[in-house]
Formats: sequence, C-alpha cells, structure tokens
Amino acid sequence: MAEIRNLTMNFGPQHPAAHGVLRLVLEMDGEVIQKADPHIGLLHRGTEKLAESKPFNQSIGYMDRLDYMSMMCNEHAYVLAIENLLGIKPPLRAQYIRVMFDEITRILNHLLWLGSHGLDIGAMTVFLFAFREREDLMDCYEAVSGTRMHATYYRPGGVHRDLPDAMPRYQASRWRSEADVARLNEARSGTLLDFIEDFTRRFPGCVDEYETLLTDNRIWKQRTVNIGVVTPERAIQLGFTGPMLRGSGVEWDLRKKQPYEAYREVDFDIPVGRNGDCYDRYLVRIEEMRQANRIIAQCVTWLRANPGTVMIDDRKVRAPRREEMKGDMESLIHHFKFMTEGYCVPEGESYAAVEAPKGEFGVYLVSDGANKPYRLKCRPPGFVHLSALSEMVTGHMLADVVAVIGTQDIVFGEIDR
Amino acid sequence: MSGVSNWLATRWLALPGFAHSTVFILALTLVLIVCVAYLTLWERKLIGWMQLRRGPNRVRLFGIPHTEYIGQPFADVVKLLIKEIVTPARSNKVLFRLAPAITLIPAFAAWAVIPIAPRFAIANVDAGLLYILSLTSMGVYGVILAGWASNSKYAFLGAMRSGAQIVAYEIAMGFALVGVLMASGSLNLGTIVDHQRGAPFHWNLVWLFPLFMVYFIAGVAETNRAPFDVAEGESEIVAGFHVEYSGMGFALFFLAEYANMILISALTSIFFLGGWLSPLDGYLPAGSAIRHVPLLGLVLGDGTHWLAAKIFFLLCVFLWLRATFPRYRYDQIMRLGWKVLIPITIVWIAVEGILIWFRVGPWRV
Repeated sequence: MAEIRNLTMNFGPQHPAAHGVLRLVLEMDGEVIQKADPHIGLLHRGTEKLAESKPFNQSIGYMDRLDYMSMMCNEHAYVLAIENLLGIKPPLRAQYIRVMFDEITRILNHLLWLGSHGLDIGAMTVFLFAFREREDLMDCYEAVSGTRMHATYYRPGGVHRDLPDAMPRYQASRWRSEADVARLNEARSGTLLDFIEDFTRRFPGCVDEYETLLTDNRIWKQRTVNIGVVTPERAIQLGFTGPMLRGSGVEWDLRKKQPYEAYREVDFDIPVGRNGDCYDRYLVRIEEMRQANRIIAQCVTWLRANPGTVMIDDRKVRAPRREEMKGDMESLIHHFKFMTEGYCVPEGESYAAVEAPKGEFGVYLVSDGANKPYRLKCRPPGFVHLSALSEMVTGHMLADVVAVIGTQDIVFGEIDR
Repeated sequence: MSGVSNWLATRWLALPGFAHSTVFILALTLVLIVCVAYLTLWERKLIGWMQLRRGPNRVRLFGIPHTEYIGQPFADVVKLLIKEIVTPARSNKVLFRLAPAITLIPAFAAWAVIPIAPRFAIANVDAGLLYILSLTSMGVYGVILAGWASNSKYAFLGAMRSGAQIVAYEIAMGFALVGVLMASGSLNLGTIVDHQRGAPFHWNLVWLFPLFMVYFIAGVAETNRAPFDVAEGESEIVAGFHVEYSGMGFALFFLAEYANMILISALTSIFFLGGWLSPLDGYLPAGSAIRHVPLLGLVLGDGTHWLAAKIFFLLCVFLWLRATFPRYRYDQIMRLGWKVLIPITIVWIAVEGILIWFRVGPWRV
C-alpha cells in the first residue's frame, strides 16, 4: 500500500490568476488547501535602494511603478514625507488637485480590481465594462501629466502644473468613423474639469451596471460569501488596512482618522463590511468607488471656484519658470542645479502615509541632510495582506484561492518593490 | 434538363446502401465542421458585442474586399495546423495522442441518428435515444484520458473534476430523457419529433418544462461550457485537461467542444422544441392557400430550417451564459447536480406519470 501524501502544486509565477508574479506552493488534499506558501521577490527591482542614489525629486517616478495600479497615491506618500521633512505645505489648490487625483486613482484601481476579480471568478464581461471607464480616467492622467499611467505629477510643494484647459481628443481612423469620434469627443471638448464633471455625473450609472452583473448574482454570491473570512480582531492583529480591514467591520480610514491635504474639507462616508468575507470586501470597494466619485465632484466644484497657484513659491524646491530661463542667466543656472543636484532636505526622519486604494501606503524617509535620502522604506499594504494568504485560504478549495487572491487586490510592484 | 436529372436519379438509386450513407455522412460532417468553424467566430463576435468590443475584424476571406472577419476561422485553422505538437516528457504518448480523437469522434458520430429533416436521418434506428445517451457519455473519456496522459497536475485536476461532474450530470440528463420517453413512447428521435406535432403547445417544452431546463443545464455542464467550465477552469487550473496540448491536439478538443455544443442544441431542439416542426404548425391548416405560395409556403412549413433556427437560438443562449455568469466552484456544481437537478427530474417524472395516467395533457401514449 502506497503512502498517501498531499498533492503539492506550484501555482504561478506564470498563471493567469497570479496577478503578476505570485508563486504559491500549495499543499492540497484533493482540491482542499492545507497550506499555501507564497513565494515573492520575482519582481524585485530595488526601488528603495535606487532611491538612495538619486536626488529626492528623481525618485517620484519610481513611486508610480510600485503599485502600478494606484500610481498617484504612491507618489503622494513619498511627496508628503519630503514635505514633512522640509516643513512646507502646498497651496490649497494643489491640495485639492491631489485629493481629486487620489480619488481618480482610487477609482482606477478599484475598476481594475473589479475587472480582474471578476475574471478570476469567471465573469468576463465586467472586466471590459470596467475598462471602458478606466479609459476615461487614464485620459485625465494623460491630460494632466502627458502619460496614461506613470504620471510623475506630484512634487514636494504642490503639483507639476495646473489643470489643462483642453482634453486629448480622438481622431477619425479606418476603425473609427467621424460620427463615432464626434460622440466620443463630446465630453472632451471643454476643459479637464468639464470632462471630470461629466464623468462624475455618469459614473454612478456605470457602477450600477457592474452591480447588475455581480451583486445579486447567485453564482457570484456562492463564490464569495463566507470565503476568506477574517475577524475584525484578527484583521487588526495581521496589520490589515484599507478595504481588507474595513471589509471586516473596522472603521479605519486615514482620510478620516488623520486627514491629510484637503480631506478635512470634503464630505464622504466610509463603508464597512460585516462578515469580513470576499463578498463584503467586494461591497466595500464598490461603495468606495461611489464615495470617491462624490469627493471628485466636490473637488471639481472647489477647483472651478478657486483658481490660483498650484506650486509653493519657494525656489529651493521649485524649478524656475521656462520663460525666466530664456532671458535670465541666474535662472538658467538655478534650473540646471535644481535638475541635477536637487535640493537638500534637513536631517531627520519622517513617516508619511496615505490611504491608498489598497490600504495604508506609507513611506518612511530618513535624511542625513544631503540631497538624497539616506534611507527610504515603503510600507505597501499588499505585502501585509499577502502574508495572511495562507491563513485565509486554508480549508478552502483551489478555486477559492483565486477568489482570495483577487479580493486581496495584490499587485506585485509594491510587494516586491 | 429533366433527362439529365432523371439519369442522375437512376444512377443514385442504383448505388448500394453503404454508398448512400457514405455520401450523407461526408456531406453532414463537412457541413458540421463549417458550422463549428463559424460558431467559434460567432461566439467571438456575439460576446464581443456584449462586452462593448468588436471581436475579430481583420481577416478577409481570401482577400475579397468587404469580407472582414469572415476569413477568421480559416486563419485560425491554418495557424493551429502549422503549430508544433509538443508532447510532454514522461507522458503516456499513445493515450495523449488518442484522447483528442476520442473526444471529437462521439460529437460527430451522434449525428447519425438525428432527424435532420422530416422523416430523414442517416440511420433511422429505433434505439436512437440510447445511442445518443451512450455516445454523449463517451466524450468524457477523452477528457479524462487527456488529463491523465498529460503528466501534469493541472491537467490531472481538470480530469478529476470532469469525471466527477459528468457522473452527476449524466444521471440528470438521463432522467430528463426518461420524461421525454414517457411522453412520446418511443426511443426513435424521428418519432419523438412527430409526437410533438400539433402546435407549439404540444411541444415537450410546455409540459416538460422542468425537464427541459434540467436537460439544457446538464447539457451546458456536459459540454464544459461556462458557468460549468471547471474542467478547464481558466483562472484556477489554467486550461485544465488540455493544458499540455498545442497545435492540432488542442484544435481537436476545441472542435469537439463546439461540435458538442451544436449537438446538445440539436438534441434539445428535438426533444423539447419540436425539432424540424414549424412553430406555425397547427395554426396553418393543411389545405390553406398560404401553404401553396412558392417560397413562403416552404419557409412557413416544417423543415430543416426550423431545426437550424432552434439550434442557433440555443447556441446563442450558450454564448449568452458564458458572457454573463461567473464560474461555479467544483463542489457547488456537484451540489447543484445531485441535490437540485436530479430531484427535480425525479419529481417531474412522477408528476408526468400521474398526468399521463389521468390523461391530462396532449399525451399520445
């Protein structure tokens, strides 16, 4: 009689549901998971070490590439940490712009999460529905920074530039008729703020559309209810943040608990779950999208009414204007020095955290007074959540592993750094 | 002209029986393969529209202008034909090669007894229903063999799931067909269709509605289509039983899946939707004038086109399900099969027996 052993299976790193490069070594009894051992590090790029060799401003772009689904939120934490050390505060308009783009980023992230979570559980259509709206939000990124993902838009002391007066437009091609283009460009004919306002008006309807596909779907419920349950106590012990914590019923949101930027001024609610299962976390994230939409609408109104500067007027942290450089030797030299050497940050250390879409994204920055960080440490939410994966999937079936990975909203850019 | 056709007709009748069958089989297989090819395209187009995208829109049919995407199936076939067939190390080579064929052959062979047109089937056998039952259960052997022979854990899991699933759903399917059998009193598919004659009200769909639902759901499960595609389980076990197949090996599984979809749709139409019967049957009196209008009369009367239309409708339902539903988990499928579908069929068979006993309904027994 042969000895009965558990089946060991390699799940990933090349697997459609591995969300990048997760490698799970699963120990299974038939289809039931006995143990899940996540192996990480396949996407390690040494971001934290790289930052030590660059002037402060040159690492902003690296932050985008950490959690590459919520780009501007990562920038935000980094920029906040530098601002703390420098002891500066951006102008109010810049704060509102940051809040608005943080929330746009939240919707961007949650849309991708919704799509891929649906795809993991086998619902294909919601993925493409979600990407329709992602497209519009990426156009906002493009309008403001020139890139659709890795924006590098925030700066210590404000944001790179003010909101543009024009939106990128579609052009007619072999595959897109003039009529199509006219319809697509209708909302894009005004300023960026007009476009975003139009978006906030139609977005709740879009969320309703996603919900008709999933929320009351029997199969969706069977696949998510009571899967990956985490009690509130355990969630706190494990260091969960963001929707993972709120899904368990703990009302914790940095935007409310330690408001940064203009979050104190805007009105929004924090959704919390009750059972701490995949379905509750799904509902929490869906509601977060609606709340983010509310915040964006308020920011648009404020930004319309209050034009002004978006960058602190401190020549230590801000490059001279282009037109000044054209005629002024000192400005040209200043610009060169600023771009190559950067600025020195006073000695000290600072931890700045933002409520990123996935949870608390923190940056711990140590400066020794030079123009480069002495040490940079990121606190990615995904890393903490992933370390609880084994606990969440033990006793469930193989198909539930996929659902739990989906509900954790894991992105390997931030976990492996 | 009539001389030529007369000559052809006499020649045709003079041919031996097996030659007739061979010609019919070849013709039917050819039509089926083309249907399968275009079903893949239709699936991609239809789901594309449901998902706000275009689907295939590039490949033209042999470069003919304005035939965008019509040539897609041919391009796919060529691509799959010229791909290398990789056999995994330490796999069972014989079974690995054999499995795709075992899956594909029953899907085509089952068509032998299907009444394609009024009073016509390639093999008009009296035990047609039994033949269908036995052949549709054959397909799963290919899946299990493929999963076992691949020497891959993903494929193995897929095969195990498929095996367990098929047992549950075969029973539900069989019970549903017992209901059909009771209603028509015959195992001959042609007779089953004939017994639904009268009006759409006489179709088995009406009186055996629960069995129709069970049969179709079990059919979706048997063809491994979403939401019951756990044997493939794209996001869990990558591609399940055919994860190690490439090129034509994969193509045969793919063909079999679509051929099975068409088969299940055809069977559902025959058992429950009156097969080739026109839905206007019973509303147009036999002698009415409209029956003699040249083209319209043919269209409105019984015929293969009604069977094709019903098959097409059911195929669209298949695709619609795929675009709408998330995937069931393996144990949930088993629960649905054993605890929901099978009890429903048993209850309805009892109800049907009582109805027949008291002669309530359009029974011919």
